[in-house]
Amino acid sequence: MTDERPIAIDIRQVIKRFGDFTALKEVSLGIRDNEFFTLLGPSGCGKTTLLRMIAGFEDVTAGAIYLYDQEIARLPPNKRPINTVFQNYALFPTMTVLENVGFGLEMQGKPRSEANRRAGEMLELVQLTQFAHRKPSQLSGGQQQRVALARALAPQPRGLLLDEPLSALDMKLRKSMQIELKHIQRETGITFIFVTHDQEEALTMSDRIAVMSAGEVQQLGSARDIYEHPRNMFVADFIGDTNLVEVSVDRIGGGHATCNLGGGYMLSCEAVEGVGTGSRVHLSVRPERLFLSTERTGPEALRGRVVENIFIGTDITTILDLEAGQRFRVRASNSDRGNQRVFEPGQDVFVNMERGAARLLID
Amino acid sequence: MRTGAARFDFPGFKVMTFLCLFILYAPLVIVMIYSFNDSRSITTWGGFSLRWYVDVFTGPDSAKFKSAAFNSFSIALIAATVATAIATSAALAMVRGGRFKLRTATFGVINLPILVPEIVTAVAILIFFNTIGFTRGYMTILVAHIAFCIPFAYLPISARMQGIEGVYEQAAMDLYADRKQAFRRVLLPMMMPGIFSGFLLAFIISLDDFIITNFVKGAGVETLPTAIFGSVKQGIRPNIMAISTMLLAFSTVIVTLSWLVSRIDRTK
Amino acid sequence: MAGGAASGGSATSDAYAPARGWLLMPAWLVLGIVVVAPVFLMLIYSFLTKEFRGGVIWEFSLEAYDQFFFDRGLFGDEPPTIQWAYIQIFWRSIWQATLATVLALLIGFPTAYFIATRPVQQRTVWVFLITIPYWVNLLIRTVSMRFILRDQGPLNDFLQWIGVIAEPLTIINTNIGVQLGLFYSYLPFMVLPLYAAIERYNFALSEAAADLYAPRRKILTRVVLPAVKPGVIAGCILVFVPSLGSFLAPDLLGGARNFMIGSLIDEQFRGSAGNWPFGAAAAMILLTLVLMVLMVLARQQARLEKGAG
Repeated sequence: MTDERPIAIDIRQVIKRFGDFTALKEVSLGIRDNEFFTLLGPSGCGKTTLLRMIAGFEDVTAGAIYLYDQEIARLPPNKRPINTVFQNYALFPTMTVLENVGFGLEMQGKPRSEANRRAGEMLELVQLTQFAHRKPSQLSGGQQQRVALARALAPQPRGLLLDEPLSALDMKLRKSMQIELKHIQRETGITFIFVTHDQEEALTMSDRIAVMSAGEVQQLGSARDIYEHPRNMFVADFIGDTNLVEVSVDRIGGGHATCNLGGGYMLSCEAVEGVGTGSRVHLSVRPERLFLSTERTGPEALRGRVVENIFIGTDITTILDLEAGQRFRVRASNSDRGNQRVFEPGQDVFVNMERGAARLLID
Repeated sequence: MRTGAARFDFPGFKVMTFLCLFILYAPLVIVMIYSFNDSRSITTWGGFSLRWYVDVFTGPDSAKFKSAAFNSFSIALIAATVATAIATSAALAMVRGGRFKLRTATFGVINLPILVPEIVTAVAILIFFNTIGFTRGYMTILVAHIAFCIPFAYLPISARMQGIEGVYEQAAMDLYADRKQAFRRVLLPMMMPGIFSGFLLAFIISLDDFIITNFVKGAGVETLPTAIFGSVKQGIRPNIMAISTMLLAFSTVIVTLSWLVSRIDRTK
Repeated sequence: MAGGAASGGSATSDAYAPARGWLLMPAWLVLGIVVVAPVFLMLIYSFLTKEFRGGVIWEFSLEAYDQFFFDRGLFGDEPPTIQWAYIQIFWRSIWQATLATVLALLIGFPTAYFIATRPVQQRTVWVFLITIPYWVNLLIRTVSMRFILRDQGPLNDFLQWIGVIAEPLTIINTNIGVQLGLFYSYLPFMVLPLYAAIERYNFALSEAAADLYAPRRKILTRVVLPAVKPGVIAGCILVFVPSLGSFLAPDLLGGARNFMIGSLIDEQFRGSAGNWPFGAAAAMILLTLVLMVLMVLARQQARLEKGAG
């Protein structure tokens, strides 16, 4: 996705240390105006720390954070026109829903009548008008979540931070909130920064994703980019399901690399910057980009023996041992009834690869 | 959750529980009953009467009881209010003040009046007032009460504050509240139940105190417990039972009130 | 109770750090001046010379401690022998407090266990019932006890009426009277921490023990009791420590022959014949004793908790 929208939140070489522990090692990110941006990573990767620094709950050890052209890294949270949707919502239990939503406007010095009017509008947006005079504890989890969203949006912030806001909801509600969130983001035109450890959620919602691990951004790109072209082992392994194979690179030329799997098997794939001839690296092949057959379909087909079939509703995953020694997973859609997709355990088959399915990784 | 618990009842425990409650309540109930005894003797029952309650307010000792009651309640009110304010302020520093060098020491000092036997505290405070040459009287009682009420107010207040996650104040600050507004509009309302029970606790502790008061009070200044103690030394008279019953009823009402508040809060 | 105190809270647990000094100042000032400094002052007083009408003369003297531990004969010039009278009072206090603690544990444990195994909604009511007497004035409760236990009191009347005894029992002004009084005064202190511990106890452990053929008695002694030991210790401290320094129960139920430390100290300060340095010394010795008990038990508690977690 080429995009020339201006940068809304610019994180420049930000470092965060807690005592001896470095939580963030020089992170730089430019989050664009009106973008749904996701920080994705396992717990402890630094994503929440980064979010809290943008919000103003943590000091930066070094570096700068710009909101449009204003440096905000040293401002207290109440001086930043950025609002947060907290993980467990943090709705004020002593106030009604309406008072919660109007709180930010009131603190900005707006008259109470205006705060109430605007809070009412926000409740309309999240369809909770009839609950305005209840206490948060009288609402369900999903409703509380929407109140938290309305409260954070009411002061019309220039950026909205969402810290795993859906993690407390059950699966069904979560799916519908994902769509609703995305919808509200489009409608309000506010820049969203969303933190999650759930890769599926990130892929569903985001314009762009920054995959983080060990205090560093591992890869930045669109959902498709990151899934189809993972840069390194971590990203390939963390996003989706994949087969990782150790190979040695025999030859590079014409933008292609020839990789040796062992046992006389060769695979060619797109060459990647940073991987030279003779290096031993990993190759990632998504299981859904493989298919099985009894006949050889091309020069690069691999031979293997079926170990087990696993039925998971929409898909069938076949586990097999390659002649070259590796164990592979192959996924076939359950709806492709035209081709033979299920092979019995013990059967010898060929594993075939779509063009460009194999991807070389930097370790 | 605990459906299996009933199977781990031990047969005699129920009887022991009722015995325990009987032991705790029987003396109080009997004194209550005898406070309505018409007879002048405390050994024989002479029929139901309110004469000893009338006697408390109009009898020969009524002036003494009246001034003792005034002292007790005014001291309890002032001491509990001041102690609650001090304890709330200390709890903010202890629970929301991060780690600091004197934290453990401060915790020890705050709880000292609970840890140390009351008579030791009483001796220490008496010696203190004697050394600085303070005349013993109403003021010395008040100062002593403020001091030993602090830990009793502190306990529920700090417990409550620990139960409130810092994220609420963060949320307030995120929504443009400054630190003062975050405290007044968010933390303080959430802490109210804790502050309320801290205040009641301190109030009752002050009202009940005998040992320290007895040490630091001057001649002629009495609180209800010291006045009752003085009378009991000459033998238990029925008017003492009447005044005890009133105090007992008062404490029970206050404690019930505090209990109900905590229950309302829990249903939130 | 609001859950999850630790999560999230840690991040702003230092929100008030800049104002820390100011916030703690009132507590430090009041407690420092009215409680902490006076305890040190008390230590100093115990090394001063007594003034006969109460108070002290500011001259260093070991007389108070000397009087406590040693007897130098009538004129003070014989070689010192150990003076047992005061040590005996301390010993009696420890003994009385111990008996009261044991009695409270025997009644308190079954009660706490019973309450902790009730359905959740009932539990708060039971706990409330145990708490009320704790809030009733200690003096009034001790007076009630004295009223009940009198020779012609309701207890003796009742026992004579049902024919258990022919003559009234003398309980007031005996050691037993004091023990009962202490037990009665501090019984709620035993039940509450025990309840807290048993309520946290995971009853699946009892089920596991039963599954492994343990009879009820063994479940109690081998599984439940070790698991709730911190609660037992806390309850025992809360009964033992105030019993040791108690004044009202020995004074109102014990009489002159059943003196405890509290009465001994009280006697030195109130009334004109007092000996302040001696009283301060006795209070110091009591304080040292209590701090020793607390320290030993706190260490044990810490070890238990480390072992458990």
